[in-house]
Amino acid sequence: MSELAAGGGQHPALQHHFRDLEQQKAASSLGMWVFIAQEILFFGGIFMAYIVYRIKYPEAFVAGSHHLSWQVGFFNTLVLIGSSLTMAMAVYSAAIGKSRRVVGFILATVLLGSVFLGVKYFEYAEKIGPCLPGASGVGCLVPGERFDASALGVSGEAAGHTQIFYSLYFGMTGLHALHMIIGIPILLVIARAAWKERYSPEWHTPVEMVGLYWHFVDIVWIFLFPLLYLIGAH
Amino acid sequence: MMTTQAPTLPEKHYLNAGYGWRSWLLTTDHKRIAVLYLISITAMFALGSFYAALVRWNLLVPDGSHMSAETYNKAFTAHGVIMVFFFLIPSIPATLGNFLIPLMIGARDLAFPRINLLSWYIYVFGAAITLYALLAGGLDTGWTFYTPYSTVYAQSNVVIAVVGVFVTGFSSILTGLNFIVTIHTMRAPGMTWFRMPLFVWAHYATSIIQVLGTPVVAVTILLVALERIFHFGFFDPNRGGDPILFQHLFWFYSHPAVYIMILPAMGVISELITCFSRKRIFGYSFIAMSSLAIAVIGFLVWAHHMYVSGMAVYSAMVFSALTYLVAVPSAIKTFNWTATLYKGSVQWDTPMIYVFCFIGLFLIGGLTGLFLGNLGTDVHLTDTYFIVAHFHYIMVGGAIMGYLGGLHFWWPKITGRRYLEAWGKVSSLLIFVGFNLTFFPQFFLGYVGMPRRYHVYPEEFQVLNVLSTAGATILGFGYLFPFSYLTYSVFKGRPAGNNPWKAKGLEWTTTSPPPAHNFDETPTVTEEAYDYATPPKEKSALV
Amino acid sequence: MSGPHVLPVRVYLGIFAALSVLTAITVATAQFDFGPLNNLVALGIATTKATLVVLYFMHARYSGKLTAVVIATSIGFLFILFFLTLTDYLSRAWAL
Repeated sequence: MSELAAGGGQHPALQHHFRDLEQQKAASSLGMWVFIAQEILFFGGIFMAYIVYRIKYPEAFVAGSHHLSWQVGFFNTLVLIGSSLTMAMAVYSAAIGKSRRVVGFILATVLLGSVFLGVKYFEYAEKIGPCLPGASGVGCLVPGERFDASALGVSGEAAGHTQIFYSLYFGMTGLHALHMIIGIPILLVIARAAWKERYSPEWHTPVEMVGLYWHFVDIVWIFLFPLLYLIGAH
Repeated sequence: MMTTQAPTLPEKHYLNAGYGWRSWLLTTDHKRIAVLYLISITAMFALGSFYAALVRWNLLVPDGSHMSAETYNKAFTAHGVIMVFFFLIPSIPATLGNFLIPLMIGARDLAFPRINLLSWYIYVFGAAITLYALLAGGLDTGWTFYTPYSTVYAQSNVVIAVVGVFVTGFSSILTGLNFIVTIHTMRAPGMTWFRMPLFVWAHYATSIIQVLGTPVVAVTILLVALERIFHFGFFDPNRGGDPILFQHLFWFYSHPAVYIMILPAMGVISELITCFSRKRIFGYSFIAMSSLAIAVIGFLVWAHHMYVSGMAVYSAMVFSALTYLVAVPSAIKTFNWTATLYKGSVQWDTPMIYVFCFIGLFLIGGLTGLFLGNLGTDVHLTDTYFIVAHFHYIMVGGAIMGYLGGLHFWWPKITGRRYLEAWGKVSSLLIFVGFNLTFFPQFFLGYVGMPRRYHVYPEEFQVLNVLSTAGATILGFGYLFPFSYLTYSVFKGRPAGNNPWKAKGLEWTTTSPPPAHNFDETPTVTEEAYDYATPPKEKSALV
Repeated sequence: MSGPHVLPVRVYLGIFAALSVLTAITVATAQFDFGPLNNLVALGIATTKATLVVLYFMHARYSGKLTAVVIATSIGFLFILFFLTLTDYLSRAWAL
């Protein structure tokens, strides 16, 4: 018997080049984990820069971090962890065959993710606003010509080095936010498929895979929060 | 197989399984995608060769009168960027790897056929962006984008080029991801890890490097772009940044990248040498494990590119010691290949000629690497033509010879046709002579101190430079031969039959060209790899 | 993913609670100066949180050896990047 021949009784989600659904699921899972592996190294590069400059300019990092609002960061961290909970619940719901709940939990994840991004927008606006043409420049925290270190409470060389802290702040949180901005439409696509009852306890791999991605993005923030917001808060 | 009549092409195969643009541009067949890559990278190779010709043209005379210094900088930069990112990195994996890996392990396709097609589109898109940067104004930073020149002082298309290379990196990452998943999850029954062809092992090791290394250079060049646009200051000493940090992050990928370029070629050599010695390869598991060893140890040595950069000398010592370690697995392979020849029955077909070219030239390239890994001698030799000669011996004498050997070996399988063997032999000799004449003099030039990337040089170096340019001309001419007769064979070559080389391996059990779906029934593997003591099974065209 | 292993809801809620508590702890401990231990405490808590997410939310605990190898390898190579680069920065005889 040719197990490769297309025949009746095959799961509609089975792709023709796979022997069976088990092989397809194993491949999808390994594929997503390998993708996450490369994401770890991708963020790793900018974390390396962070490590080097934190060692070089401890005072500037303390000053820069102190100026960030740890309350806002704390709130956002809880929001993102909450979105990981709703994502895990979405996968759970798919595994027990409750498609409506899958949709609900994914939308909750999207909502929480959007709250996070909304908060980030206000955080950025506060720092970027003063730098825009026509603005006073006071409190501008975008590295470059208009950078204003006066509110940070350091002087001399450390004041200049706070630019590196803020470069890393924008670079790291920006890269992280970009990953969320990419993730949200993908979540909506999965939600739509769930709405159309495409998933079952037997096969809900796309929900699991997007879940892995979302949890990874959460983990990056778990490290970013203390490294950026909580340096020398004492 | 010996039959009384000449082989014919199968009636249906992957090349005629659909006609028209859409059947090619929307294909998910790994074999067609391999052909798409073959065409694209050949085009990029031609462009990279053109820039090489410009470089060698300038170096015919010592006073730089053939072109301005700016033009020269743009020429060697374009040559490097194109050859590294758009030719060598994808070459064997994206063409031969894509075509052969599913066939070699008895699968119907790669794990993610649509991602495979996406990889090709990403490659083409990245190439288009980079070509725009190179052709509309040019890039003069060298392919290495060193800071702070690239971030602060260069007046060329740095950001556009960086975006192009960034995009193309994802083609490499996705190819590696696809291969890793395919090899883990889609091997046919009986195809255990240690029965896999060494070509597959080589690509597995390569894929690990692609997945773990490429993202780091991707984020690094992203930082270069951000720095250039927003003046962030990561790599600018005036803002407290460290240019050497760029070099660490850049070379963390770019050293393993050279193993991305050579490991697949080594995989090809393993396949060819066993077939054309009619003997099971010596030390199969050592060769397999040494591929993994190269992939891992290759990540530990990057700062040997940075000894004179201003990095700490104690750290440099650590990297130097590790660099000597990475030579060991390559040597293990070379010993095993040589041992395979012993008491074998050597057939001197074109692919085997390329094998011998590879072994000799890779040996020279590898040994000269030892002088460079050594801290003391590297201070004298770094940034000279010794380096240029060293890496071209590996990348051209090694990787390209492996690529050409593999292309000739599997050409009958890919196209169903035989090329003209006499032309193959003549071309290989022409390429070998041209290559050595180009690059051997450069070892001497480097030794006596001619710096690389300089528009002018002292008059006393002219003779060697003229020899080098003469060699480059012969080499360039030589490349035209396989391009011509291989293309000709597609239309007019004799049908090859399933297994013209009487080789072992699942790919030779299918028709030439293979059917679109590779195997009618999943094969079950019962024998060890390269069991040349047992003749290849006689099989009908339909497996 | 492993077979039909489905974790009960209380596991997810428990992990969420643990993560929230650990986040509060990391904010609280940031108020104190443990000297050289500051970074260790902060990163230790972050690593614990990340581990919980990987093991339970991402089901790595129930996913087999290959998943564990992929995770370990990527973290391992990340540490190679950090460690070997720091051999340069930490051994520079002059000012960093």
